[in-house]
Parts: sequence; C-alpha cells; structure tokens
Amino acid sequence: MSVRIDDLLLQIATVLYFLSMAGYGGFLFSQKKPYQKAGLSLIASAVLLHFISMAVYTLSNRHVPIQNLSQSLSLSAFALGCMFLFFQYKSDLKILGIFASVLLSVTMGMVWLIPDAPAEKNEIFKGFWFYSHIFLIFAGEAALALACGTGILYLLQEKGIKSKTPGFFFKRLPSLDFLDDVGYTCLTTGFALMTIGLVTGFIYAKVIWGRFWSWDPKEIASVGTWLIYAALLHLRFYSGWRGRKSAIMTIIGFSIIIFTFIGVNLLIGGHHTFTK
Amino acid sequence: MPDIILIGLNHKTAPIELREKLSFTSEETLSALERLKKDPDIKEVLVFSTCNRTEVLFIPETPETVDQTQTDQTGKTIEFIARHKNIKSSEFKSALYIHKGEDAVRHLFRVASSLDSMMIGEPQILGQIKQAYRVAVEKGCSGVLLNRLMHKSFSIAKKIRRETGIGDNAVSISYAAIELANKIFSDLSEKTVLLLGAGEMAELAVEHLLSNNVKDIVVANRTFKNAVALAEKFNGRAVKFEEREDALIHVDIIISSTGAAEYVLTHDQIRRVMKKRHHQTLFFIDIAVPRDIDPKINSISNAYVYDIDDLKNIVESNIEQREKETVKAERMIDEAVLKFQKWLESLAVVPTIKALNDKMTAIVEMECKKTLSSLKHLTKEDMEAIQRMTQAIASRTIHDPIRFLRNTGDHRDDSLYLNVTRQLFNLGGPDDE
Repeated sequence: MSVRIDDLLLQIATVLYFLSMAGYGGFLFSQKKPYQKAGLSLIASAVLLHFISMAVYTLSNRHVPIQNLSQSLSLSAFALGCMFLFFQYKSDLKILGIFASVLLSVTMGMVWLIPDAPAEKNEIFKGFWFYSHIFLIFAGEAALALACGTGILYLLQEKGIKSKTPGFFFKRLPSLDFLDDVGYTCLTTGFALMTIGLVTGFIYAKVIWGRFWSWDPKEIASVGTWLIYAALLHLRFYSGWRGRKSAIMTIIGFSIIIFTFIGVNLLIGGHHTFTK
Repeated sequence: MPDIILIGLNHKTAPIELREKLSFTSEETLSALERLKKDPDIKEVLVFSTCNRTEVLFIPETPETVDQTQTDQTGKTIEFIARHKNIKSSEFKSALYIHKGEDAVRHLFRVASSLDSMMIGEPQILGQIKQAYRVAVEKGCSGVLLNRLMHKSFSIAKKIRRETGIGDNAVSISYAAIELANKIFSDLSEKTVLLLGAGEMAELAVEHLLSNNVKDIVVANRTFKNAVALAEKFNGRAVKFEEREDALIHVDIIISSTGAAEYVLTHDQIRRVMKKRHHQTLFFIDIAVPRDIDPKINSISNAYVYDIDDLKNIVESNIEQREKETVKAERMIDEAVLKFQKWLESLAVVPTIKALNDKMTAIVEMECKKTLSSLKHLTKEDMEAIQRMTQAIASRTIHDPIRFLRNTGDHRDDSLYLNVTRQLFNLGGPDDE
C-alpha cells in the first residue's frame, strides 16, 4: 500500500515540532534570539503542514479526523500550535515557546504511539453544532494549556524572587506582572471559548439525543473543569487572587483538563469515548 | 618587526594619591601628544588616562636596532611623563609596568575589554579608550600599527561583551534593586514609590529610580518639614508619617531608610493593606539598619521584602559570576593577540616580497597554460619563447615595487608600505575581516 499523503505530512510536522523544542532549548540556555526565531518558524511551518494534512484527510475521507483518540490528540496539538502562534503574536512572550514546543512534541509523540484504531463511522458525529462544539472546546483548552504554561513560568520566577536567590531563570524570564498579564489573557480567552463550546455541545446533544444533559462522565468532568475556572476568575475579580495563587490554579485546572481528556476515554467510558 | 611598548600604572600598582598626580587632563593629553610626536624616535603614540589608570602606548622608530635603544626609549618616555607632570620619576617608577610586544597587545585588549578594571565588566572603559584614540588620530599620532591595534581592541571588547556574561547582572546595590523591581513589575513608569524617611540614603535611592522614570514619588517622614523638602525636590508629594498605612494602598515600591529602632511596617499592617489594594504586588526595599520592615512580610502573597543584606548577597554572587566569565574572556583575548601577532609578522619585508613573487608566478603559469593549450600549431620552441616572455613581463612589472620595498630605512614608515602592498596585491595573510 502506498504511503498516505496526510500521514506523511503529519510525520514531517511531528519532526518539526520536535526540532522546535531543540530551538527553544537552545534559546533558553544561550538566550540568543536566532534560536528563538528558528523555534518559532519551525512551529509555524509544522502548524501549516499539520493543517494541510488534516485538510487532505478530511477531503478524502469526507469527515474531520476526530474519530479516535489518536486523531483527537493530533487535533488538540494543532489547536495548541495555532493558539501559541496567536498569543506569541499578541504578547511576544518568547520564552513561552519552551512550554508550547515541549507540550506539542509530547502530544504528537502520543499521537504516533497510540494505535490509530480504525474509526467506526458514526453518522451522528456531524453537523454545525457538533463541529462548533469540537473546535471551540479544543481551542479553549489550548488557550488554557498556555495559561498553565505561563503559570509554571510565573512560579519559577516568583520562587527565585521570593527566596531572594535569583538564579537560572531570573534573567531568562520576564517580569512577574507581565507573566501574570499574559496568563490572565490566556485564561479569559480559554474560558470564553470553553463556555461557548459547552453551550454548543448541549445544543448538539439536544438535537441528537433530545436532551441537554445525560450524566455522561465527560460531561460531568467538563462542567467540573468549567466550574473550577469560573471560580478562579471570580476569586481573581473579587478577592484579588492574582499572582502565585492564580498561577497554581491554572496549573490545577489544566491537569484536570488532561485527566478529562485522556482519563475519561481510557478509564471510564460514555458517549465521548471512541471505543464502545 | 616593529615593536609596541606600553608604559603605565593603574589602581593595582599605584595608590590614588599617585594616580591623581599622574593623571592627564584632556589639555595635558593634547600637549603631551604634540611633544611626543616631535620626538624623532617615536613613530606612533597614544596617551590614555582615566581615574584608575594612566598609560602611554607607543611604537618606537628604528625597530631593528639592539635592545639598548629600546630601553633608552622607554626611559626617555618615563622621563618625559615626569617632566610633563612635574614629578620626579623616582617617585612613581616602582608603580609602573612596562609591557612590550605581545604583552603590550594583551594588556591593551584586557583594558579595553574591562578585564583590568577595578569593577570587572564595567562598560565605560571602552568609550574612554575610543576617545583617547580619537584624540591621537586628530593629532596625527596614529599610524598603520596603532590604527589596527586600536580597532582590534574595540572589536575584541565588543565581542567579549556580546559572547560572555561579563557585563551581565547588577554589581551595585542600587542597580540590583532596580533590576529586581524590573523583574517584579513590567513597567516602572506606571509605578509609584513611597519613601519612608527623608535622609540622604533615601535621596540617593530615589535619584537612581528617577533615572528609571517612575510615575510618582510619595515621601513620609517623622519630621514632616523634611518630607516636604524632599518631595519638592523630586516633584513628589509628602504625607504625614502616621498616614503611611493609607499611602501604601496606592504605591507599589517602598524604600525605607528611617532611623527607627523598631519596625515601622508590621506584618499585620501589610495584611490589612493587601486586602484593600486587591493583592496588587508590593516591593519593599529596606535599606535601614536596624531594619524598618518586618521580614515576615515577605511571606505574604505578592509582597516581596529585600533588606540591605539580601541585596548585598545578590551583588556578591553576581560579582562571582562575572569572575567566572573572565576565564572565557581571557581565552578570547589570547586568540586575538595571536592573530594580531601574525598580522605584525606578515608586515616583514621578505615574506611580502616572496608572496608577491609567488602570486605573479602563479598568474603567469595559469595564463600561459590557458592560452597555449588552444594554440596547437606552435612548435615547442615557440611555446617556450612565449612562456619566457610572459615571465619577463611579470618580473619587470614587479621589479620596481620590490626594489622600493627592499630599500628600507630612510626614515619612512615601512609597515605602512608593506601593508599597502599586501592590500593592493591582495596578498592575504591573517587579515580575514
């Protein structure tokens, strides 16, 4: 059988994601701009190839590649890549590329490790509400992943300053204020996308199953995650939960997202899983 | 080979009293250069004087003579400095260092790269050297050798600053505090500073911050009059010392330097204030001894307290860091010295003539081969004749230039002509930039 073009493109994209990690690693240690530029261009090219690969798949298979765990991981990596490029353009937090490139590489590594189970054609996974639900949730989670990344960078910088031993990261990371600002932007963007994504999901459920809510494990976990982020934003507005506490919360929030994403699929089950 | 001699003293070899006596003002530098230029035994010269060093760098005439002449020249220059500064040479002779050739080049490179400075890595020295060189050029005291030597010292200094961490990290307390403030807040020009205490220390601290353009300055002092006076000076406003807790709600950086025996800001106060300011970050710089600010405040979320010892520790570890970087810098200097040495050697007469001859022979051989290979009808004798003729043209062409180069002496600057020859004929050598 000949090599499928979309697979080949995805392989190249994966290699580029891994290379971008090397670029950003070089930037972290040497603090030289060319490394960062190389890393950024690698991510940008990888995202482009990734997009073409998915487009080719969609055109030849007549459905979007989100039929199994491996494909949806790939889509989440793509969403993360896009979000990263967007925030990089918007806020110019160069060092965030370290986090993004590592997370992208790990996700793409998993895409290739997890067997690409032949998808059961399920005709209900189609339509406007379904696609809006999927894309908004993936984009929102990607933004929240970046919020978690800035949270980690914040904690690294904060620890050095608080303990009065500015070390390796002191020079390499920007100011606490700036990290907090970028994290907050990622957080609000992610939260907004996730909120609309959940709403479209409920509408889709109503259209297909005739009910908004069916006590599916992933539904419960998603709403739980949403509540945690809502609480964090509330605390930030009304009780001044900024800085360190906010950073820790974004990390906890994203850990729950990862659990919801993978854990529910592998461990529990329900109509969000890919295997029956 | 021409020699390079550097005579000087610096903060390591001479106490401040002596350095003061031997320091050249810019007018004195000018007049010294004018007189040194008239000395027939000196070809090129540069005088460099800062508060930490006075150095005279020169290239003596007639380099092929025996060592005795050079020692004389060194002695003569020392006497010249003594006369010029009106001080007995015996008073400062023991503090002098005299570097020759390679050592002089290395010393200059180290000075320019700030490895020889009192505070390693300080950035001013390069500008000062550039200025000294500019003066020497304007006075017509710099020639081929000094021009190249000085430019090489500038480029190695820049390279070291770029590629090593020698200029990184704050090495003074006020600068360390500002660096910290910049890593806590993203834009200091939007931040307000509260000064607790209106003493001299507070004033010094603010002067530094003002050069970083803070938004506003608030002064609180037990004697309100002094607070007003200081606030006026910096276009800030004064508040009563008792009002300090309220003032804290709207400021971001607190610099404290009162003479109080107890803490003037306590943990409980800041907890209350933090709530009112929605946990916006506060940065406390406590330069008072005994301390003004309860160190426990540092445990409050989004509050950072640095006392004078914390800042000193950072500065010390930064200085250590810089010293580590000097190893790398010294290696880069060794490489640069070696390269300069190679260039100097290429300026000798014999290698230049040889390189010129080689180049001509190569051209002749190549061109003959190209042409004769397409002229198959010629006899062997014809070919040889053509070859001989081409060779003759080539050697005739360079005959006069070579004779000119061989004819050294005559009080002319050989290094100049050798350098020009190498460049005109593109003879290569270590000049690779």
